[in-house]
Amino acid sequence: MSAKSASRNPLSILTSHLHAACAATALLLGAGSAAQAADLNALIWCDHADPALLQPFEKANGVKVNVKEFEGTGAGLAIVEQSQPGDWDVMVIDSIDVPRGVEKGLFEPLPEDKLPLADLFPQVKMDGSTVVGGKRYGITEKFGYNTIGYNKTKVDPADMQSMAALTGDKYKGKVAIYDYYLPVIGMAALAIGKKTAELTEADLPALKEELLKMKANAKLVGEVTASQTALATGEVDILVGGGEWVTAGLAKENPALDFSVPKEGAVLWSQSLAMFKDSKNKDMALKFIQYIMSPEGQARLATSSCYWGMPANTKAALTDDQKKVLRFDEQPGFLARAQAYPAPNADLDKKMQDMWTEMLQVK
Amino acid sequence: MSSSANNGRALPRAGRALPWALVTPALGWTLLFFVLPFIAMGLSSLTAHEGGGFTLSNYSQFFTNPSYWQAMVNSLQVTAIVTVISVLLAYPFAWILAEQVPERWQRLALMLAVLPFWTSYVVRSYSWLLVLAQNGVVNRALTGSGLFAEPLQLANTRFATVTGFVHFFVMLLTLTIFANLKQLSPSYRKAAADLGAGPVRTFLHVVLPLTLPGIMVGAFLTFVLCIGDYITPQILGGNNELLMPQLVMMQIGRRGDFPLASALSIILMAVVTIAYLACARWLKIERT
Repeated sequence: MSAKSASRNPLSILTSHLHAACAATALLLGAGSAAQAADLNALIWCDHADPALLQPFEKANGVKVNVKEFEGTGAGLAIVEQSQPGDWDVMVIDSIDVPRGVEKGLFEPLPEDKLPLADLFPQVKMDGSTVVGGKRYGITEKFGYNTIGYNKTKVDPADMQSMAALTGDKYKGKVAIYDYYLPVIGMAALAIGKKTAELTEADLPALKEELLKMKANAKLVGEVTASQTALATGEVDILVGGGEWVTAGLAKENPALDFSVPKEGAVLWSQSLAMFKDSKNKDMALKFIQYIMSPEGQARLATSSCYWGMPANTKAALTDDQKKVLRFDEQPGFLARAQAYPAPNADLDKKMQDMWTEMLQVK
Repeated sequence: MSSSANNGRALPRAGRALPWALVTPALGWTLLFFVLPFIAMGLSSLTAHEGGGFTLSNYSQFFTNPSYWQAMVNSLQVTAIVTVISVLLAYPFAWILAEQVPERWQRLALMLAVLPFWTSYVVRSYSWLLVLAQNGVVNRALTGSGLFAEPLQLANTRFATVTGFVHFFVMLLTLTIFANLKQLSPSYRKAAADLGAGPVRTFLHVVLPLTLPGIMVGAFLTFVLCIGDYITPQILGGNNELLMPQLVMMQIGRRGDFPLASALSIILMAVVTIAYLACARWLKIERT
């Protein structure tokens, strides 16, 4: 719908031509360092940039993997729109956003028979998002929880079994909030007894009230590095929205950091791999996806230097120590209590972000 | 027609073309990297995020959503505070460098003054975060000396943002004011002294007015760089309030709302333009 109406609008045509001109200029200037067609070009999150993950694949297949990191689906899709068709082969994307890429006609259906779908934790397959029109466009590679991360030497772990601790007076000024509106709004929903998959505009006032209570207790609202630093340096003792992705990677240096899945539940995040329809290297792209989904690839991805997370494949070749840090054996219980990442439509998404902005501005 | 006659006609033509040839790279650069992107941004700001039709809603949102408006107020407040503090700290510093430090040491002193520029902006901001943290150097000194029983919340505040900015911009202002002071002919001060003015009066009535253009150029640069900076408030402010660049970035991350981000950027640019016009008219910078 939007593509068609945009194509008829003169303003949109002019804008897109200018964008194309700007992009062409940038491409022209960057031609010296442009990715080679024979290489594998991947749009990724930082965990895929770890040489320990990429080098075994590159050596085994005699291919160079060129990576471009991005944060946020909107930013990632903007990079694709400003590229030439075929520039990119694979993309890491929030599982709930796979349909956005499919709507734009970007992704190629994946061959289910060539992927280890049977080995995945059933709850993280996310078929509601990764399968569109009966075809699979994404495969979940890694997941985890937006829940309560904390320093167990500074807080009572028993308190961390309830979200009430986040808004009570006991830990006032000792809390940081992860700066991403969807999962934290999901946590606020859990705290007030709402299901994350059923949120509507009517729920926004109650959600806002809960968010403001959290903000009143918080010392900061920080993105990944800032919130990790705050927890690691003792600036705060609790991270709302934290989880294994914050604590596991720091476990060696700071074993006091841990996470809980409170009685209200946690928000399940998951990231997927998708292949581009216009990829010029589809065979290698599929090989890359198969490698990432293999037990060895899954173990390396799960313990990436950028951030740790649970591998989607139950057969990931993790060591016992790694499994312990990730609390691998507790996953069935965690998954049973976890709820889906909120996946609002465009209108509700905008309203949620505006509510988040309002919360940030409250002093 | 003789060759000398041909040369006689060709030379003036070449002479006329030369300035254009010299200015073309700069014009091309400006066209490609400022005018073209600016037009694209302007058109994008008039496009609906969903559907792509013409709309003014991206601009109206700014004026109707108090959180967006507040971001501009916060940006202006922080920028004003940073600019004033930076000028107040940089001027005496530049004056000492220009007037009190022997000339043979001035180069070294200037190099030391700009030494922090050599480190990464991001690294410097994170360093400030650690310095101002609850267990950081400042709080340890305050609690260790007995001045405060409990550590103060310094990191993740507006204070931290201002500190990070001032650290950077004092150096920038020092350089512009220092250059201005060095250009000032000693004969002005000699003339003032001949007419019976003391050092304070000479400074207030001669040196300061003559160095005001340098101050204003530095202050305007500070204003422009500060109001458009994303990194420092993002790292040091702890998101306890949003500034305009953070609001702009927020529209892009997940939702990819480039039209709204473009509209907010153009509004920010309009504010910078107004600031420039105000400075230019007040102090007639264009005549310096």
